[in-house]
Amino acid sequence: MIYSLIGNYSLILGLITGLILFYLSFKNFQNPKLLNSQILSFTFFQLFFVLVSFICLILSFVVSDFSNETVFNNSHTTKPLFYKISGTWGNHEGSLLLWLLVLTLFIYIFLLKTKNQSVKYKILTLVFQQIIIVGFFVFLIKTSNPFNYLFPIPAEGLGLNPILQDPALAIHPPILYLGYVGSSIIFSSVLAASCLKIVNSSWAIHIKKWILTSWIFLTLGILLGSIWAYYELGWGGFWFWDPVENVSLMPWIALTTLLHCILVLERKSILTSWVVILSIATFTLSMCGTFLVRSGILNSVHTFANDPERGLFILIFLFILIFLSLCIFFFFHKDENKKFQSFFWLSKETSILINNWFMMYFLSVVLIGTVYPIFLDVITSEKISVGPPFYHKLMLPFLIPFLLMMAIGPRLKWIKSKLDNKIYLISLLSISILFSFLILNFFNQKILINTVLISSGLYLFFITLRDFFISKNKNLSQNFAHFGFSLLILSILFNNLFSSEIITNLKVGETFENGDTKIIFKSINQKKEKNYNSIIANFKIQNSNGKKDEFFPELRIYNQPVIATSEADIKTTIMQDKFIVINLVQNQDFFNVRYQVKPLMVWIWLSVLLIASGGLISFLKKRL
Amino acid sequence: MYGKKVKLRLLFIVIILITLVLTTFLILKSLEENVVYFQSPTEIKSLMELDNNKIRIGGMVKENSIIINSKEVNFIITDFKNEINVSYSGAVPNLFSEGEGVVAEGFLKDRNFFYATKILAKHDENYMPPEVKEALGDK
Repeated sequence: MIYSLIGNYSLILGLITGLILFYLSFKNFQNPKLLNSQILSFTFFQLFFVLVSFICLILSFVVSDFSNETVFNNSHTTKPLFYKISGTWGNHEGSLLLWLLVLTLFIYIFLLKTKNQSVKYKILTLVFQQIIIVGFFVFLIKTSNPFNYLFPIPAEGLGLNPILQDPALAIHPPILYLGYVGSSIIFSSVLAASCLKIVNSSWAIHIKKWILTSWIFLTLGILLGSIWAYYELGWGGFWFWDPVENVSLMPWIALTTLLHCILVLERKSILTSWVVILSIATFTLSMCGTFLVRSGILNSVHTFANDPERGLFILIFLFILIFLSLCIFFFFHKDENKKFQSFFWLSKETSILINNWFMMYFLSVVLIGTVYPIFLDVITSEKISVGPPFYHKLMLPFLIPFLLMMAIGPRLKWIKSKLDNKIYLISLLSISILFSFLILNFFNQKILINTVLISSGLYLFFITLRDFFISKNKNLSQNFAHFGFSLLILSILFNNLFSSEIITNLKVGETFENGDTKIIFKSINQKKEKNYNSIIANFKIQNSNGKKDEFFPELRIYNQPVIATSEADIKTTIMQDKFIVINLVQNQDFFNVRYQVKPLMVWIWLSVLLIASGGLISFLKKRL
Repeated sequence: MYGKKVKLRLLFIVIILITLVLTTFLILKSLEENVVYFQSPTEIKSLMELDNNKIRIGGMVKENSIIINSKEVNFIITDFKNEINVSYSGAVPNLFSEGEGVVAEGFLKDRNFFYATKILAKHDENYMPPEVKEALGDK
């Protein structure tokens, strides 16, 4: 009760602080010698108020205060403490409060850490960020206040959706949000910089750290979501090309492109417009993501129940922001470098630019695949969905030149370059082709596109691997990230090609035989936990080589809300994952059993970690 | 003649234009081929002709209609006006049960029989896919 009260007023105070900040910035902007110290303290107050609000919400969840509507809808007294806390951001209201927290946190750190930039620039960035923050404050307080009262006070809450009661998904939203919302700072500062016409290399050096921060968190956030989907959803896949996944991938692609562009801007002060557009696009895509996930217009396997009114608000807010940023871009932004710069085909910036175009292509494929069904529904009310074949067909062929570019590009010099060691590059290429041919031949997979794809993946793999040991003036972060990417592509390809699956319905005690695999359903045991009952099955699976494994997949029936979830049993080794999951079909003796062998699964996760660590190295590196 | 600069610019513009056109063409073409349409049992009944494209069917799982054996799961999808028999061999999601909404993806054998290749999971007991809601009308 008391927490909701404090939390609610704290939110309103935060909104008022935002308005005061507008006034202070305006005053300070007219006399921009020194940053008004009040601005910094008010930014801190704002952060403080949001933090208080957030802590109040967490406490309401911890003490199970069901007079609070959000807590009532998403919590239950029997839930373990850890999931009571993570339930705070496992729902719409709480997750938006988290958005706000990250927004205010980032602008505070930004003001604190930005030293070498002009006061005007800082103030303008603050103003743009405050526009976003105030927008979200209004959104939160008006349409989705996390501190609404319920009267009479219910005795028990409705509980949190059991599939969200999971460690990976407990930390997935905060990490993902740090990435999503982190792009807001990039957005605000790029608008400020183009108003002041300082989109140049010194600005690029300064903003690069922020891009990297956002990029690392976004990468890790997507990774966590993907791992969760793999073991919790019971399909054994890690990426479904589902709209909710796509909306996190789109800002990631835009951010990756931006990261590469910033490198060019840092050296050469070209591509300024491109950088501005990408920065705006990244944040817009993040906002779109929030809009699409929260509005309920998406048709997705991940969609949760929600409210269309909220979607409308975000949509309007989104349009205002896009309109504002476009106005600034067209009226203020001028390409400073009108003089013709020397341009050569064979140079680092050209190769970066070409790969940028490829990434833009990938981005538009994902974008069209995601929004086309929505538009068609609105216009013709025809219901369609776009499946994985669409994405695979459009992306895979273009991945080949993309991978080759990734291998060769970093070896080129800035401005003008010639390709050294041509013989070595070509010999590596032929080795890769030979390798991929041999591998696929060995496993009887003779499809041309696979051979070519794996060749180019291997090529990138070999070149980056060799660079670790040989290259003199090497760029460790680039090397890590590109190496990770080659590993990712190769693992995904092999995983797709060589996964095998058996689906069958079995009763207890039955045995299923298929070729050389034998699945024995030995027994089931029941176990009672505090907030769920579980059925633990015991399987013995015999492989072709006579090796036996025992598996214990679990079926949990939660008591509040009453939902059954499957907990897969996964045996992970370096080479492959064995994955088994069971489902109960209503009122029947049969269990639905799904057994999969998925090669190189663990390498998919590791390679994404490698990619992220590339970003981390670049973040920590001192610029010489 | 034109200077080197102008020529280069022109070349650039032409390349970009060609790329854009090609890209749009490619994307639209494969959209056409890979789109999965959603239909309700009633819409299927009124289909003029059947093609062998993959489609999605949504509605309620009819009460007491699930029959399971070691190979497949059989059930009936209904929108309370019309019904269709579904045969499915694959993994069944947890929230799949009688009297609940369901979306199945697969191929039509005829107007009364559907081979499902996938049953879509939902994650929230309160959530009803928008299509299903619409297909069921006001029920």
